[in-house]
Amino acid sequence: MSNIREINVSSIEEAIYNLAIEAAYKLPQDIHQKEKESLEKEKSPVGKAVLETILKNVEVSAQGVFPLCQDTGLAVIFMEIGQDVHFVGGGLTDAINKGVERAYKDAYLRKSSCDPLTRKNLGNNLPAIVHTFIAPGDKVKIFFDAKGGGSESMSKVQMLKPADGRDGIIKTVVDWVIEAGPNPCPPTIIGVGIGGDFERCAILAKKATMRHLGEKNPDPRLAEMEEEILTKLNNSGIGPAGLGGITTSLGIHIEMEPCHIATLPLAINTACHVNRHKEILI
Amino acid sequence: MAEYKLKTPLTNEDILKLKAGDKVYLSGVVYTGRDAAHMRMIDALNKGEDLPFDPKGQVIYYVGPSPARPGYPIGSAGPTTSYRMNSFAPVLITQKGLKGMIGKGKMSQEVKDACIKYKAVYFASIGGAAAVVGSAIKKAEVIAYDDLGPEAVRKLEVEDMPIFVCYDAYGNDLYELAKKEWANKL
Repeated sequence: MSNIREINVSSIEEAIYNLAIEAAYKLPQDIHQKEKESLEKEKSPVGKAVLETILKNVEVSAQGVFPLCQDTGLAVIFMEIGQDVHFVGGGLTDAINKGVERAYKDAYLRKSSCDPLTRKNLGNNLPAIVHTFIAPGDKVKIFFDAKGGGSESMSKVQMLKPADGRDGIIKTVVDWVIEAGPNPCPPTIIGVGIGGDFERCAILAKKATMRHLGEKNPDPRLAEMEEEILTKLNNSGIGPAGLGGITTSLGIHIEMEPCHIATLPLAINTACHVNRHKEILI
Repeated sequence: MAEYKLKTPLTNEDILKLKAGDKVYLSGVVYTGRDAAHMRMIDALNKGEDLPFDPKGQVIYYVGPSPARPGYPIGSAGPTTSYRMNSFAPVLITQKGLKGMIGKGKMSQEVKDACIKYKAVYFASIGGAAAVVGSAIKKAEVIAYDDLGPEAVRKLEVEDMPIFVCYDAYGNDLYELAKKEWANKL
Protein backbone atom coordinates (compact mmCIF):
# COMPACT_ATOMS: atom_id res chain seq x y z
CA MET A 1 0.00 0.00 0.00
CA SER A 2 1.38 3.35 -0.94
CA ASN A 3 1.87 6.18 1.50
CA ILE A 4 -0.59 9.02 1.60
CA ARG A 5 0.97 12.39 0.92
CA GLU A 6 -0.53 15.32 2.73
CA ILE A 7 -0.71 18.61 0.86
CA ASN A 8 -1.89 21.71 2.67
CA VAL A 9 -4.40 23.58 0.53
CA SER A 10 -2.55 26.81 1.35
CA SER A 11 0.18 25.66 -1.06
CA ILE A 12 -2.47 25.17 -3.77
CA GLU A 13 -3.79 28.68 -3.09
CA GLU A 14 -0.26 30.07 -3.39
CA ALA A 15 0.39 28.16 -6.63
CA ILE A 16 -2.86 29.41 -8.19
CA TYR A 17 -2.06 32.97 -7.09
CA ASN A 18 1.35 32.87 -8.76
CA LEU A 19 0.14 31.12 -11.93
CA ALA A 20 -2.66 33.64 -12.41
CA ILE A 21 -0.32 36.62 -12.21
CA GLU A 22 2.37 35.04 -14.36
CA ALA A 23 -0.20 34.03 -17.00
CA ALA A 24 -1.53 37.60 -17.23
CA TYR A 25 1.82 39.27 -17.82
CA LYS A 26 4.10 36.70 -19.47
CA LEU A 27 3.27 34.95 -22.70
CA PRO A 28 4.34 31.27 -22.76
CA GLN A 29 7.73 30.94 -24.49
CA ASP A 30 6.51 28.47 -27.13
CA ILE A 31 3.82 30.90 -28.34
CA HIS A 32 6.22 33.85 -28.30
CA GLN A 33 8.70 31.83 -30.38
CA LYS A 34 6.02 30.79 -32.86
CA GLU A 35 4.93 34.41 -33.28
CA LYS A 36 8.49 35.45 -34.10
CA GLU A 37 8.72 32.67 -36.71
CA SER A 38 5.36 33.75 -38.15
CA LEU A 39 6.60 37.33 -38.55
CA GLU A 40 9.51 36.01 -40.64
CA LYS A 41 7.14 34.04 -42.89
CA GLU A 42 4.23 36.48 -43.16
CA LYS A 43 3.84 37.95 -46.66
CA SER A 44 1.20 40.64 -46.08
CA PRO A 45 2.67 44.02 -45.07
CA VAL A 46 -0.32 44.75 -42.83
CA GLY A 47 -0.09 41.22 -41.41
CA LYS A 48 3.57 41.84 -40.62
CA ALA A 49 2.75 45.18 -38.97
CA VAL A 50 0.12 43.48 -36.81
CA LEU A 51 2.54 40.72 -35.77
CA GLU A 52 5.14 43.36 -34.89
CA THR A 53 2.57 45.08 -32.67
CA ILE A 54 1.68 41.75 -31.08
CA LEU A 55 5.37 41.09 -30.32
CA LYS A 56 5.78 44.63 -28.97
CA ASN A 57 2.78 43.94 -26.74
CA VAL A 58 4.56 40.91 -25.25
CA GLU A 59 7.56 43.14 -24.42
CA VAL A 60 5.49 45.93 -22.85
CA SER A 61 3.50 43.44 -20.80
CA ALA A 62 6.57 41.59 -19.51
CA GLN A 63 7.52 44.76 -17.60
CA GLY A 64 4.69 43.88 -15.25
CA VAL A 65 2.51 46.99 -15.42
CA PHE A 66 0.09 46.28 -18.27
CA PRO A 67 -1.36 42.76 -18.65
CA LEU A 68 -1.07 41.13 -22.10
CA CYS A 69 -4.78 41.71 -22.67
CA GLN A 70 -7.32 43.85 -20.84
CA ASP A 71 -9.53 40.77 -20.77
CA THR A 72 -7.66 38.81 -18.14
CA GLY A 73 -10.23 36.08 -18.42
CA LEU A 74 -12.13 33.74 -16.22
CA ALA A 75 -9.84 31.40 -14.27
CA VAL A 76 -10.13 27.90 -15.70
CA ILE A 77 -8.22 25.26 -13.81
CA PHE A 78 -7.47 21.67 -14.78
CA MET A 79 -6.08 19.61 -11.91
CA GLU A 80 -4.64 16.13 -12.17
CA ILE A 81 -4.71 14.91 -8.61
CA GLY A 82 -2.70 11.88 -7.60
CA GLN A 83 -4.91 9.35 -5.82
CA ASP A 84 -2.41 9.15 -2.96
CA VAL A 85 -2.85 12.82 -2.13
CA HIS A 86 -4.76 13.95 0.91
CA PHE A 87 -5.59 17.64 1.04
CA VAL A 88 -5.47 19.17 4.52
CA GLY A 89 -5.91 22.62 6.00
CA GLY A 90 -9.29 23.47 4.47
CA GLY A 91 -11.39 23.05 1.35
CA LEU A 92 -9.64 22.66 -2.01
CA THR A 93 -12.18 24.68 -3.96
CA ASP A 94 -12.09 27.48 -1.39
CA ALA A 95 -8.30 27.60 -1.61
CA ILE A 96 -8.38 27.80 -5.42
CA ASN A 97 -10.95 30.59 -5.31
CA LYS A 98 -8.94 32.50 -2.71
CA GLY A 99 -5.83 32.27 -4.89
CA VAL A 100 -7.74 33.59 -7.89
CA GLU A 101 -9.44 36.40 -5.98
CA ARG A 102 -6.18 37.62 -4.41
CA ALA A 103 -4.25 37.45 -7.69
CA TYR A 104 -6.85 39.41 -9.66
CA LYS A 105 -6.94 42.07 -6.94
CA ASP A 106 -3.21 42.37 -6.24
CA ALA A 107 -2.06 42.31 -9.87
CA TYR A 108 -4.67 44.77 -11.18
CA LEU A 109 -6.32 42.18 -13.39
CA ARG A 110 -9.80 42.76 -14.77
CA LYS A 111 -12.62 41.06 -12.93
CA SER A 112 -14.93 39.67 -15.60
CA SER A 113 -17.37 37.30 -13.91
CA CYS A 114 -20.96 38.51 -13.90
CA ASP A 115 -24.53 37.39 -13.31
CA PRO A 116 -25.63 35.95 -16.67
CA LEU A 117 -29.05 37.62 -16.53
CA THR A 118 -28.56 40.99 -14.83
CA ARG A 119 -24.97 41.23 -16.21
CA LYS A 120 -23.92 42.64 -12.83
CA ASN A 121 -20.17 42.26 -12.41
CA LEU A 122 -19.45 40.14 -9.34
CA GLY A 123 -16.27 42.12 -8.68
CA ASN A 124 -14.03 39.21 -7.69
CA ASN A 125 -13.66 37.15 -10.87
CA LEU A 126 -15.11 34.16 -9.05
CA PRO A 127 -15.88 31.38 -9.18
CA ALA A 128 -12.92 29.70 -10.80
CA ILE A 129 -14.00 26.95 -13.19
CA VAL A 130 -12.32 23.81 -11.88
CA HIS A 131 -11.99 20.45 -13.64
CA THR A 132 -10.43 17.70 -11.54
CA PHE A 133 -9.05 14.39 -12.75
CA ILE A 134 -7.73 11.55 -10.63
CA ALA A 135 -4.29 10.31 -11.64
CA PRO A 136 -1.92 7.68 -10.24
CA GLY A 137 0.74 8.76 -7.73
CA ASP A 138 1.05 11.46 -5.09
CA LYS A 139 1.56 14.62 -7.16
CA VAL A 140 -0.80 17.37 -8.20
CA LYS A 141 -0.49 18.92 -11.64
CA ILE A 142 -2.23 22.24 -12.11
CA PHE A 143 -2.99 23.81 -15.49
CA PHE A 144 -4.12 27.42 -15.17
CA ASP A 145 -5.91 29.02 -18.12
CA ALA A 146 -6.99 32.66 -18.10
CA LYS A 147 -9.77 32.34 -20.65
CA GLY A 148 -10.84 35.50 -22.41
CA GLY A 149 -14.41 36.02 -23.54
CA GLY A 150 -13.78 37.03 -27.13
CA SER A 151 -12.15 33.80 -28.19
CA GLU A 152 -14.37 31.69 -25.95
CA SER A 153 -17.45 33.10 -27.67
CA MET A 154 -16.12 31.76 -30.97
CA SER A 155 -16.18 28.18 -29.68
CA LYS A 156 -18.79 25.50 -30.18
CA VAL A 157 -19.88 21.93 -29.61
CA GLN A 158 -21.54 20.11 -32.47
CA MET A 159 -22.88 16.59 -32.51
CA LEU A 160 -21.91 15.34 -35.99
CA LYS A 161 -23.25 12.17 -37.59
CA PRO A 162 -20.90 9.16 -37.54
CA ALA A 163 -21.03 9.17 -41.35
CA ASP A 164 -19.55 12.69 -41.40
CA GLY A 165 -16.22 11.09 -40.53
CA ARG A 166 -12.76 12.58 -40.82
CA ASP A 167 -13.55 14.91 -43.71
CA GLY A 168 -16.73 16.14 -42.04
CA ILE A 169 -14.74 16.99 -38.93
CA ILE A 170 -12.14 18.90 -40.91
CA LYS A 171 -14.78 20.79 -42.88
CA THR A 172 -16.73 21.74 -39.75
CA VAL A 173 -13.63 23.06 -37.99
CA VAL A 174 -12.31 24.98 -41.00
CA ASP A 175 -15.69 26.49 -41.92
CA TRP A 176 -16.32 27.54 -38.34
CA VAL A 177 -12.93 29.18 -37.80
CA ILE A 178 -13.17 30.99 -41.15
CA GLU A 179 -16.67 32.19 -40.26
CA ALA A 180 -15.35 33.50 -36.92
CA GLY A 181 -12.73 35.38 -38.95
CA PRO A 182 -11.28 38.36 -37.10
CA ASN A 183 -13.51 38.01 -34.00
CA PRO A 184 -11.35 35.73 -31.81
CA CYS A 185 -8.12 37.77 -32.24
CA PRO A 186 -6.15 35.78 -34.82
CA PRO A 187 -3.59 34.34 -35.05
CA THR A 188 -5.43 31.78 -32.96
CA ILE A 189 -4.66 28.44 -31.40
CA ILE A 190 -7.53 26.05 -32.05
CA GLY A 191 -8.30 23.21 -29.67
CA VAL A 192 -10.39 20.42 -31.17
CA GLY A 193 -12.03 17.68 -29.11
CA ILE A 194 -13.30 14.61 -30.92
CA GLY A 195 -15.29 11.83 -29.29
CA GLY A 196 -16.23 11.20 -25.70
CA ASP A 197 -19.70 12.64 -25.29
CA PHE A 198 -21.37 16.05 -25.37
CA GLU A 199 -19.44 17.62 -22.47
CA ARG A 200 -16.32 15.49 -22.62
CA CYS A 201 -15.40 16.67 -26.12
CA ALA A 202 -15.62 20.29 -24.91
CA ILE A 203 -13.23 19.58 -22.05
CA LEU A 204 -10.86 17.81 -24.46
CA ALA A 205 -10.96 20.81 -26.80
CA LYS A 206 -10.08 23.25 -24.04
CA LYS A 207 -7.30 21.04 -22.72
CA ALA A 208 -5.96 20.85 -26.28
CA THR A 209 -5.47 24.64 -26.40
CA MET A 210 -3.01 24.27 -23.50
CA ARG A 211 -0.77 21.76 -25.26
CA HIS A 212 2.76 22.91 -26.04
CA LEU A 213 2.60 24.71 -29.40
CA GLY A 214 4.15 22.75 -32.23
CA GLU A 215 3.77 19.44 -30.40
CA LYS A 216 1.89 17.14 -32.74
CA ASN A 217 -0.63 14.57 -31.59
CA PRO A 218 1.21 11.22 -31.20
CA ASP A 219 -1.53 9.50 -33.24
CA PRO A 220 -0.35 10.00 -36.85
CA ARG A 221 -3.97 10.14 -38.11
CA LEU A 222 -4.65 13.11 -35.86
CA ALA A 223 -1.29 14.76 -36.53
CA GLU A 224 -2.16 14.67 -40.22
CA MET A 225 -5.55 16.22 -39.58
CA GLU A 226 -3.94 18.98 -37.49
CA GLU A 227 -1.60 19.78 -40.35
CA GLU A 228 -4.38 19.75 -42.95
CA ILE A 229 -6.61 22.09 -40.92
CA LEU A 230 -3.72 24.46 -40.20
CA THR A 231 -2.84 24.70 -43.89
CA LYS A 232 -6.46 25.38 -44.85
CA LEU A 233 -6.79 28.09 -42.19
CA ASN A 234 -3.55 29.79 -43.12
CA ASN A 235 -4.69 29.74 -46.73
CA SER A 236 -7.99 31.43 -45.81
CA GLY A 237 -6.45 34.89 -46.11
CA ILE A 238 -7.86 36.05 -42.75
CA GLY A 239 -4.41 36.77 -41.33
CA PRO A 240 -3.27 38.53 -38.16
CA ALA A 241 -6.12 40.51 -36.54
CA GLY A 242 -8.19 39.52 -39.60
CA LEU A 243 -6.46 42.23 -41.62
CA GLY A 244 -5.13 39.81 -44.22
CA GLY A 245 -2.19 37.46 -44.44
CA ILE A 246 -1.02 33.88 -44.13
CA THR A 247 -0.87 33.71 -40.32
CA THR A 248 -4.45 32.95 -39.28
CA SER A 249 -3.62 30.18 -36.83
CA LEU A 250 -0.46 29.36 -34.90
CA GLY A 251 -1.49 25.78 -34.23
CA ILE A 252 -4.29 23.22 -34.29
CA HIS A 253 -4.34 20.71 -31.45
CA ILE A 254 -6.69 17.74 -31.59
CA GLU A 255 -7.50 15.46 -28.66
CA MET A 256 -9.61 12.36 -29.23
CA GLU A 257 -11.35 9.70 -27.12
CA PRO A 258 -13.72 6.87 -28.03
CA CYS A 259 -17.41 7.71 -28.44
CA HIS A 260 -20.77 5.93 -28.67
CA ILE A 261 -21.47 4.06 -31.94
CA ALA A 262 -24.35 6.44 -32.65
CA THR A 263 -22.46 9.70 -32.05
CA LEU A 264 -19.59 11.81 -33.30
CA PRO A 265 -19.17 14.65 -30.80
CA LEU A 266 -16.97 17.52 -31.94
CA ALA A 267 -15.88 20.57 -29.97
CA ILE A 268 -13.89 23.57 -31.11
CA ASN A 269 -12.35 25.79 -28.47
CA THR A 270 -10.67 28.89 -29.72
CA ALA A 271 -7.73 30.53 -27.99
CA CYS A 272 -6.32 33.86 -29.11
CA HIS A 273 -2.68 34.76 -29.67
CA VAL A 274 -2.35 35.71 -26.00
CA ASN A 275 -3.23 32.17 -25.00
CA ARG A 276 -2.49 32.57 -21.30
CA HIS A 277 -1.86 29.28 -19.64
CA LYS A 278 0.68 28.11 -17.10
CA GLU A 279 1.26 24.83 -15.34
CA ILE A 280 2.97 23.56 -12.23
CA LEU A 281 3.64 20.17 -10.65
CA ILE A 282 3.36 20.00 -6.87
CA MET B 1 -3.43 52.24 -48.21
CA ALA B 2 -3.21 55.85 -47.08
CA GLU B 3 -2.31 57.10 -43.62
CA TYR B 4 -4.07 59.97 -41.87
CA LYS B 5 -3.78 61.81 -38.60
CA LEU B 6 -7.20 62.73 -37.28
CA LYS B 7 -8.46 64.51 -34.22
CA THR B 8 -11.88 64.05 -32.65
CA PRO B 9 -14.62 65.24 -33.08
CA LEU B 10 -14.75 63.94 -36.66
CA THR B 11 -16.45 65.83 -39.49
CA ASN B 12 -18.10 64.57 -42.66
CA GLU B 13 -15.03 65.81 -44.50
CA ASP B 14 -12.78 63.61 -42.32
CA ILE B 15 -15.01 60.60 -42.88
CA LEU B 16 -15.32 60.98 -46.64
CA LYS B 17 -11.59 60.88 -47.25
CA LEU B 18 -11.23 57.53 -45.46
CA LYS B 19 -11.26 54.22 -47.35
CA ALA B 20 -11.27 50.69 -45.95
CA GLY B 21 -7.66 49.67 -45.30
CA ASP B 22 -6.39 53.15 -44.50
CA LYS B 23 -4.40 53.55 -41.32
CA VAL B 24 -5.45 56.34 -38.97
CA TYR B 25 -3.57 57.82 -36.04
CA LEU B 26 -6.36 59.15 -33.87
CA SER B 27 -5.91 61.85 -31.24
CA GLY B 28 -8.25 63.65 -28.88
CA VAL B 29 -11.17 62.47 -26.78
CA VAL B 30 -12.53 58.98 -27.28
CA TYR B 31 -15.40 57.59 -25.18
CA THR B 32 -15.52 54.00 -24.02
CA GLY B 33 -18.58 51.83 -23.89
CA ARG B 34 -19.38 48.17 -24.34
CA ASP B 35 -22.31 45.80 -23.79
CA ALA B 36 -23.75 46.87 -20.44
CA ALA B 37 -23.08 50.59 -20.99
CA HIS B 38 -24.75 50.46 -24.40
CA MET B 39 -27.78 48.69 -22.94
CA ARG B 40 -28.15 51.56 -20.45
CA MET B 41 -27.57 54.27 -23.06
CA ILE B 42 -30.22 52.84 -25.40
CA ASP B 43 -32.57 52.48 -22.45
CA ALA B 44 -31.97 56.15 -21.58
CA LEU B 45 -32.63 57.15 -25.20
CA ASN B 46 -35.89 55.22 -25.23
CA LYS B 47 -37.00 56.99 -22.08
CA GLY B 48 -36.05 60.37 -23.52
CA GLU B 49 -33.27 60.85 -20.95
CA ASP B 50 -29.82 62.36 -21.58
CA LEU B 51 -26.84 60.23 -22.49
CA PRO B 52 -23.63 60.46 -20.40
CA PHE B 53 -22.03 62.39 -23.29
CA ASP B 54 -23.19 63.85 -26.59
CA PRO B 55 -22.19 61.34 -29.31
CA LYS B 56 -22.36 63.95 -32.10
CA GLY B 57 -19.13 63.75 -34.09
CA GLN B 58 -17.58 61.46 -31.48
CA VAL B 59 -15.93 58.06 -31.50
CA ILE B 60 -16.78 55.19 -29.14
CA TYR B 61 -14.09 52.65 -28.33
CA TYR B 62 -15.46 49.22 -27.41
CA VAL B 63 -13.19 48.43 -24.48
CA GLY B 64 -13.37 47.25 -20.90
CA PRO B 65 -9.92 48.12 -19.58
CA SER B 66 -8.12 46.33 -16.80
CA PRO B 67 -7.78 48.35 -13.57
CA ALA B 68 -5.27 51.20 -13.47
CA ARG B 69 -2.26 50.80 -11.25
CA PRO B 70 -1.48 53.72 -8.93
CA GLY B 71 0.26 56.40 -10.99
CA TYR B 72 -1.21 55.24 -14.30
CA PRO B 73 -4.43 56.55 -15.92
CA ILE B 74 -5.60 53.13 -17.11
CA GLY B 75 -4.58 49.49 -17.38
CA SER B 76 -4.46 47.40 -20.54
CA ALA B 77 -7.05 48.54 -23.05
CA GLY B 78 -7.41 46.49 -26.22
CA PRO B 79 -10.66 46.31 -28.20
CA THR B 80 -13.46 43.93 -27.36
CA THR B 81 -15.45 42.00 -30.00
CA SER B 82 -17.76 44.48 -31.72
CA TYR B 83 -20.61 42.32 -33.01
CA ARG B 84 -22.19 42.46 -29.58
CA MET B 85 -22.85 46.16 -30.25
CA ASN B 86 -24.56 45.46 -33.61
CA SER B 87 -27.97 46.56 -32.44
CA PHE B 88 -26.69 49.67 -30.63
CA ALA B 89 -24.29 51.29 -33.11
CA PRO B 90 -26.88 52.09 -35.83
CA VAL B 91 -29.13 53.80 -33.24
CA LEU B 92 -26.33 56.06 -32.02
CA ILE B 93 -25.22 56.83 -35.59
CA THR B 94 -28.65 57.62 -36.96
CA GLN B 95 -30.19 59.33 -33.93
CA LYS B 96 -27.22 60.95 -32.25
CA GLY B 97 -24.65 61.60 -34.95
CA LEU B 98 -21.97 59.20 -33.72
CA LYS B 99 -19.15 59.28 -36.27
CA GLY B 100 -17.01 56.31 -35.35
CA MET B 101 -16.66 53.06 -33.49
CA ILE B 102 -13.41 51.30 -32.66
CA GLY B 103 -13.42 47.57 -31.98
CA LYS B 104 -12.42 44.27 -33.43
CA GLY B 105 -14.17 41.78 -35.66
CA LYS B 106 -17.12 41.92 -37.97
CA MET B 107 -20.25 44.01 -37.47
CA SER B 108 -23.62 43.72 -39.19
CA GLN B 109 -24.96 44.93 -42.53
CA GLU B 110 -27.10 47.43 -40.58
CA VAL B 111 -23.91 49.01 -39.22
CA LYS B 112 -22.44 49.18 -42.75
CA ASP B 113 -25.66 50.74 -44.04
CA ALA B 114 -25.70 53.34 -41.26
CA CYS B 115 -22.05 54.19 -42.01
CA ILE B 116 -22.94 54.81 -45.67
CA LYS B 117 -26.12 56.77 -45.06
CA TYR B 118 -24.96 58.91 -42.15
CA LYS B 119 -21.23 59.13 -42.96
CA ALA B 120 -19.62 57.20 -40.17
CA VAL B 121 -16.71 54.76 -39.96
CA TYR B 122 -16.00 51.54 -38.13
CA PHE B 123 -12.34 51.23 -37.19
CA ALA B 124 -10.49 48.00 -36.36
CA SER B 125 -7.93 47.93 -33.62
CA ILE B 126 -5.64 44.98 -32.88
CA GLY B 127 -7.25 42.63 -30.41
CA GLY B 128 -4.94 41.49 -27.67
CA ALA B 129 -2.42 44.30 -28.21
CA ALA B 130 -3.86 45.76 -25.03
CA ALA B 131 -0.66 46.64 -23.19
CA VAL B 132 0.53 48.67 -26.18
CA VAL B 133 -2.79 50.56 -26.40
CA GLY B 134 -3.12 51.03 -22.63
CA SER B 135 0.38 52.45 -22.30
CA ALA B 136 -0.45 55.03 -25.00
CA ILE B 137 -3.56 56.45 -23.30
CA LYS B 138 -2.75 59.81 -21.70
CA LYS B 139 -5.82 60.39 -19.52
CA ALA B 140 -8.85 58.38 -18.46
CA GLU B 141 -11.84 59.42 -16.39
CA VAL B 142 -15.00 57.49 -15.55
CA ILE B 143 -17.92 59.73 -16.53
CA ALA B 144 -20.90 57.39 -16.07
CA TYR B 145 -22.12 54.03 -14.81
CA ASP B 146 -19.28 53.60 -12.32
CA ASP B 147 -21.07 50.57 -10.88
CA LEU B 148 -20.37 48.67 -14.11
CA GLY B 149 -16.69 48.47 -13.21
CA PRO B 150 -14.70 47.68 -16.35
CA GLU B 151 -17.81 48.41 -18.41
CA ALA B 152 -18.27 51.97 -17.07
CA VAL B 153 -18.23 54.81 -19.60
CA ARG B 154 -14.83 56.51 -19.65
CA LYS B 155 -13.56 59.64 -21.34
CA LEU B 156 -10.10 58.88 -22.70
CA GLU B 157 -7.51 61.18 -24.15
CA VAL B 158 -5.49 59.42 -26.79
CA GLU B 159 -2.58 60.49 -28.88
CA ASP B 160 -1.87 58.89 -32.25
CA MET B 161 -3.84 55.75 -31.49
CA PRO B 162 -3.17 53.46 -34.49
CA ILE B 163 -6.40 52.05 -36.00
CA PHE B 164 -7.48 50.77 -39.41
CA VAL B 165 -10.54 51.86 -41.38
CA CYS B 166 -12.64 48.72 -41.50
CA TYR B 167 -16.07 49.81 -42.82
CA ASP B 168 -15.91 53.10 -44.67
CA ALA B 169 -18.76 55.40 -45.76
CA TYR B 170 -18.70 53.84 -49.23
CA GLY B 171 -19.68 50.31 -48.19
CA ASN B 172 -16.21 48.77 -48.33
CA ASP B 173 -15.26 46.08 -45.80
CA LEU B 174 -11.57 45.70 -44.96
CA TYR B 175 -12.01 42.17 -43.60
CA GLU B 176 -13.54 40.94 -46.84
CA LEU B 177 -11.06 42.80 -49.04
CA ALA B 178 -8.04 41.57 -47.06
CA LYS B 179 -9.29 37.98 -46.98
CA LYS B 180 -9.75 37.93 -50.76
CA GLU B 181 -6.35 39.46 -51.35
CA TRP B 182 -4.45 36.97 -49.16
CA ALA B 183 -6.34 33.72 -49.71
CA ASN B 184 -4.27 30.80 -51.05
CA LYS B 185 -0.96 32.65 -50.71
CA LEU B 186 0.78 30.16 -48.40
